Amino acid sequence: MLRLFAVVAACFVPAGTSLAQSTPAAFTNARIITITGDTIDGGTLVVHDGEIVAVGDGVVVPSDADVYDAAGLTIMPGLVDTHSHIGGIGAADGSGPIQPGVRVFDSINPRSSGFKRALAGGLTTLNIMPGSGHLSSGQTVYAKLRWAEGPPTSVDDIAVRDDSGAMMGGLKMANGTNSIRTGGANGFPGTRGKSAYLVRERFLKAQEYRDAIERAGDDVSKLPARDLGLEALVEVMSGARIVHHHTHRADDIMTVLRLADEFGFRVVLHHVSEAWVVADEIAAYEGVDGPDGEPWGAPCSIILIDSPGGKLEAASLILETGGVLEKAGAQVAIHTDDWITDSRLFLRYAALAVRAGMSREAALRALTIEGARMLDMSDRVGSLEVGKDADFVLLSGDPLALDTRVLQTWVEGELAFDLSDEDDRLYAEGGLGAAHDIQPYFCCYDHLIQGSGH
Amino acid sequence: MRFLTTIPCAIIGAALVLSTASAQVAVLGERVHTVTGPIIENGVVLIDSDGVIEAVGSAAQVAVPDGYAVFEAAVVTPGLIDGRSTVGLTGMLNGEDQTHDQDMLERSSPIQPELSAVDAYNPLEPLVAYLRSFGITTVHTGHAPGELISGRTAIMKTTGTTVREALVRADVAVAATLDPRALKSGAKAPGTRGKAVAMLRQQLIKAHEYQGKIDAAEDDKPVARDLRLEALTGVLAGEHALLLTVDRAQDIDSALRLADEFGFELWLDSCAEGPLVADRIAAAGVPVFLHPAMARPWGEMRNASMRSAAVLADAGVTVSMQSGYEGYVPKVRVVLFEAAIYASRGFGRERALEALTITPARLLGVDDRVGSIEVGKDGDLALYDGDPFEYTSHCVGVFIEGELVSSDPR
Repeated sequence: MLRLFAVVAACFVPAGTSLAQSTPAAFTNARIITITGDTIDGGTLVVHDGEIVAVGDGVVVPSDADVYDAAGLTIMPGLVDTHSHIGGIGAADGSGPIQPGVRVFDSINPRSSGFKRALAGGLTTLNIMPGSGHLSSGQTVYAKLRWAEGPPTSVDDIAVRDDSGAMMGGLKMANGTNSIRTGGANGFPGTRGKSAYLVRERFLKAQEYRDAIERAGDDVSKLPARDLGLEALVEVMSGARIVHHHTHRADDIMTVLRLADEFGFRVVLHHVSEAWVVADEIAAYEGVDGPDGEPWGAPCSIILIDSPGGKLEAASLILETGGVLEKAGAQVAIHTDDWITDSRLFLRYAALAVRAGMSREAALRALTIEGARMLDMSDRVGSLEVGKDADFVLLSGDPLALDTRVLQTWVEGELAFDLSDEDDRLYAEGGLGAAHDIQPYFCCYDHLIQGSGH
Repeated sequence: MRFLTTIPCAIIGAALVLSTASAQVAVLGERVHTVTGPIIENGVVLIDSDGVIEAVGSAAQVAVPDGYAVFEAAVVTPGLIDGRSTVGLTGMLNGEDQTHDQDMLERSSPIQPELSAVDAYNPLEPLVAYLRSFGITTVHTGHAPGELISGRTAIMKTTGTTVREALVRADVAVAATLDPRALKSGAKAPGTRGKAVAMLRQQLIKAHEYQGKIDAAEDDKPVARDLRLEALTGVLAGEHALLLTVDRAQDIDSALRLADEFGFELWLDSCAEGPLVADRIAAAGVPVFLHPAMARPWGEMRNASMRSAAVLADAGVTVSMQSGYEGYVPKVRVVLFEAAIYASRGFGRERALEALTITPARLLGVDDRVGSIEVGKDGDLALYDGDPFEYTSHCVGVFIEGELVSSDPR
């Protein structure tokens, strides 16, 4: 570790300068966990222009590269969190149970200290989600923690865009008790049966809306009035937008899969406390085809909580779920659900999954490539492969060990978190000011303040 | 949890001993952490038929007598102690209106030291067994932070079907809260920090006067009993401590000031900003039951640090681990997991193990029975297949008073 920092300190340029854009950076002598390929001892990772340009044990380091000796350190891909609530967010309000037209994007505070804590945990890609108090609480946004130059001034700077430039995100849905409101105020369901009915009814409307648009063809006068909520559901049914579905009880999980079959949407099952009860059914589910032409299946993004319960439907939430799903052959990612669990300790939750029977390999995949696939981003993030985004973390040791620290987090070739930096260390460990949202510094108004006599 | 039964039992003879609780037991550990003595390599702990430790030493010193049920593990520690919990009053289901397993806060009045954890603790709560499976054998539990005075705590073993069987000691401390968690909105009191302190002082003064009346009363004219004031006279007389939940440095100061004024035994609970006033806490000689390392850093705890245990201990403060209370998930924290985080951030394995065993035992006044592996103490042991703090280690066996109470690797 010391050796790395000695070299790094000499090479690093002040924050705010785009080092990686102009000069390749090479990390040598590291244990490199590529995730999709072999783990390399004494390997080299070379990044340039925000992408990985070489990874392996026989890599020739470019002559113009800044070289960091990472001997004794471990490098793995930046962690992918498929379910996070950081950023001071809020999407759907109390006016109705299904609000797919609302975007969480429009509520994110990019200065939230939560993003810095996420970087301290090695996270680089997030699915920022609205809550589970609605059947659909709105559209999620996929974000990259592009924090090398401090908090972005706009949330636009952290949104992930596809090749067409469109912002990427899913749709949050939920069933079970969180989205039930006894008494049925504002159209909220009072039971599970009503919950499914309301979802089905809205999807049927979306089908009619979609069909009306198709019938109109080029005749603009026949287009239905735009409905942002139905538009989102049409995107869901076309496969363009993935449903990220909060669900706990085994029967609720099966209800989600039934609705996915009925309306042909791609779904990721989130939390899934009782997935271990229906692991075989989940593993066998094929559903619609994914972008690669293969069955999308029923991928599970699980949460590990230190003790079961909190509500009846999570009373069977156990640490063993990841291992059971793995053995059944299901796709498994792990998420933080931050602030349910702490992004700073994301690696720990994979370790707990291993403690409770998951294989090391599957647990590390669950932090990276599996989550990337669940966000349609496996071509860009989730493994260390040439051509992918240069998102990676430098670890002091084994990713699943208690004493291992995230030393640095790099996003698209730029250093976004550095434990040796005093301010960054505060976010990693806590202490006075660590949870305060970052305030802008009014550099240029000092003379006004002085002039006013304060 | 149907699949758990497929995990092979790591302990030879487990089934035998589960059905014969009073058997004599020999536990062999590659490393035996006695805590109060040196670590013993290839150690042996013998527990007699009364569930009391009868011998501790290396395999060379202590022979295993015939007829003892033998258990082996990589690491053996004393049964762990959770220094401050609400488990057993807090149940796993949550939802006060539906499930009736949330008995940690009585909201009818801000001051109710007359409530006893003994009357609210459910030894059959699944979370109790859950904690036990990780090696936690003793919990100091009771009413939660959240009212100015919420009740009286008790010490329980994490076993038994009745409170009588679980109970180690009742009326250990009066639990009080001096921060916004105990404040009310609208016209209800206390509505501010200042009012909360004033109400607490007033109540302690009342208790003092009540004691004065009792002392002055003639035998044939006894003072009418007042359970509320009785509980507080116990605090003033030093029979039990005042366990004061505070997080902000200014509230820690208020707690120290109150202890000075009334001379009671103060135990600080939580103390997220303790590191800011560590020297003052140390100078006052007041112990800290430090908040869980993974407690969410928000509200009063926004400045919590995973280095706090190290900072406080380095300043000379006596630090006990605890699982605390937050109201949401996890409904109970596993104090072993919390200690691991502190251990890995400056506190170290040795101090962390002490803060899980002998330190709370001494603070709670039960070190004659628990908190270390010593002859004459209760046969409470936790067995691990590796470093107890490591994420991927397992607790492979738990003994309480010589009885094997957990054996599935967890």
